[in-house]
Amino acid sequence: MSLREEYARQEAELDDLYKEIILDHYRNPRHRGSLPALSATHEGLNPLCGDEVTVELLVDGNRVTDVAYKGSGCSISQSSASMMTEAINGKPLDEVKRLSEAFTAMMRGEESIDPESLGDLEALSGVRKFPVRVKCATLAWHTLDEALEEAGL
Amino acid sequence: MTLDIQSIRKDFPILERQVYGKPLVYLDNAATSQKPRQVIDALVNYYENYNANIHRAVHCLGEEATAAYEEARAKVAKFINAPSPESIIFTRNTTEAINLVMYTWGRANVREGDEILLTQMEHHSNLIPWQRLAAEKGATVRYIELTDTHTLALDGLENLFDARTRIAAMPHVSNSLGTINPVEKIAAEARRNGTLFLVDGAQGAPHLPVDVQGIDCDFYAFSAHKMLGPTGVGVLYGRAELLEEMEPFLGGGEMIRKVTYEGATWNDLPWKFEAGTPNIADVIAFGAAIDYLDGLGMDNVREHEVQITDYALTRLSQLEGIVMYGPPDPRERGGVVSFNFGDLHPHDIGTVLDHHGVAIRAGHHCTQPLMRTLGVSGTARASFYVYNTTDEVDVLVDALEATRDFFKR
Ligand SMILES: Cc1ncc(COP(=O)(O)O)c(C=O)c1O
Repeated sequence: MSLREEYARQEAELDDLYKEIILDHYRNPRHRGSLPALSATHEGLNPLCGDEVTVELLVDGNRVTDVAYKGSGCSISQSSASMMTEAINGKPLDEVKRLSEAFTAMMRGEESIDPESLGDLEALSGVRKFPVRVKCATLAWHTLDEALEEAGL
Repeated sequence: MTLDIQSIRKDFPILERQVYGKPLVYLDNAATSQKPRQVIDALVNYYENYNANIHRAVHCLGEEATAAYEEARAKVAKFINAPSPESIIFTRNTTEAINLVMYTWGRANVREGDEILLTQMEHHSNLIPWQRLAAEKGATVRYIELTDTHTLALDGLENLFDARTRIAAMPHVSNSLGTINPVEKIAAEARRNGTLFLVDGAQGAPHLPVDVQGIDCDFYAFSAHKMLGPTGVGVLYGRAELLEEMEPFLGGGEMIRKVTYEGATWNDLPWKFEAGTPNIADVIAFGAAIDYLDGLGMDNVREHEVQITDYALTRLSQLEGIVMYGPPDPRERGGVVSFNFGDLHPHDIGTVLDHHGVAIRAGHHCTQPLMRTLGVSGTARASFYVYNTTDEVDVLVDALEATRDFFKR
């Protein structure tokens, strides 16, 4: 590879990490705030980076009927939380759990997962090339898992 | 004397490498420094020519290794003006050196109701051991607060100590703020009050001329890897009378004099505190790092860092939206510049800068309580050493502008 091609590849890598859709969620977060009534919540911390994400869920029957998050941290951790709220809102719990598993499997780089099957969440697959940032992307999802488990859902 | 930085740079093989196709601009020296050829050669030379265990060998290699190991100790003693090599104990790092004091002196001397005096700028290494000791003994930890310019609030210094203050401990130089603390002044007050004084010199010894007798501290701890030496070696300087009284830290080979089935007596200083086979190779190579720094002269190292910090503070302050931490006067700080930039998160800054070849640190820098005091979740931090140039500061500033533009797109 020529040096110029190498530069182009690295630029592309950075663009891959910070895809337009990720930056959009960072600048215009969805479902950011708190719920008036909730069925499950958890505060997640990434001690290495200091990222913080609190997830709140309202569950009716077996379906997530409302969701919110708040927190502070880098663009990856916060946009991942925002994207997660969109992905799970209105979904049945078993599908939410399946999504969470699929997302973390994708971030671990497991071959069995076709990123395309994850819709918008696929945009975060570029983070895999930055191992220290993977924890930022998975923080919201781990927090969601904890919230569900603590509430016995 | 002004140092010839370009010729110094030639001694550091790693500075020739590229990162993401760009020349490496290494500005993470407060985390660990790079190593000159002389240090790397000392390691290779030991392993190729006289690798042997020390102190117990009756053969030539063992004698050579022992001599080189003890010679490194003598160099370290001279480097910080310790009265004798026996007051220099080799540990793994600063953290272990501080823990050694906590476990041996601390557990024997700190009692319920006693007080430990720290500052709001502690690295976790000089915080967690004392919090643990306080919890175990029912003692309290008190923290000296910060002024608006992030120096220690020392008005009424004498009132900071009371009859129950058994030990005071603080960084010589803050790794997050760059602040140089007036350790001589605090040591004098501690002495008057009968309080022991420990200096966390992890960011002091690498960057400032250090005179432990001039400071008049009881303990001074630092790490080789932050001062051109290898990882795996730390130093605890302690006043010999104190070290004599203290119980050993770890038990095993080398630290004993006579052992029977019933018990044992302890070796002389400093070996009483060096149980087991020490890190022979890295201690010897640390000696080469000390030689290198002595060759440059610590006054000159300091002067170079003042200049580069001055330049960095000036250039960075021209960026719109930058917030910098620590004292504004470069003479009151070490070569550490912590900042936040607009609403960019430090990790995002760090990742994009990395793609410009610029290595900085982002996060809490092992000073979580300090970050809370500053009201931030973290900072971006550039830290300099003797091989950094003002041109590299320019690369940092250009890369920061590019980072801002990148997130604006
Ligand atoms: C002020 C200060 N104290 C203590 C330490 C701990 O040093 P080490 O990790 O070598 O034990 C560091 C370095 O990270 C530091 O900057």
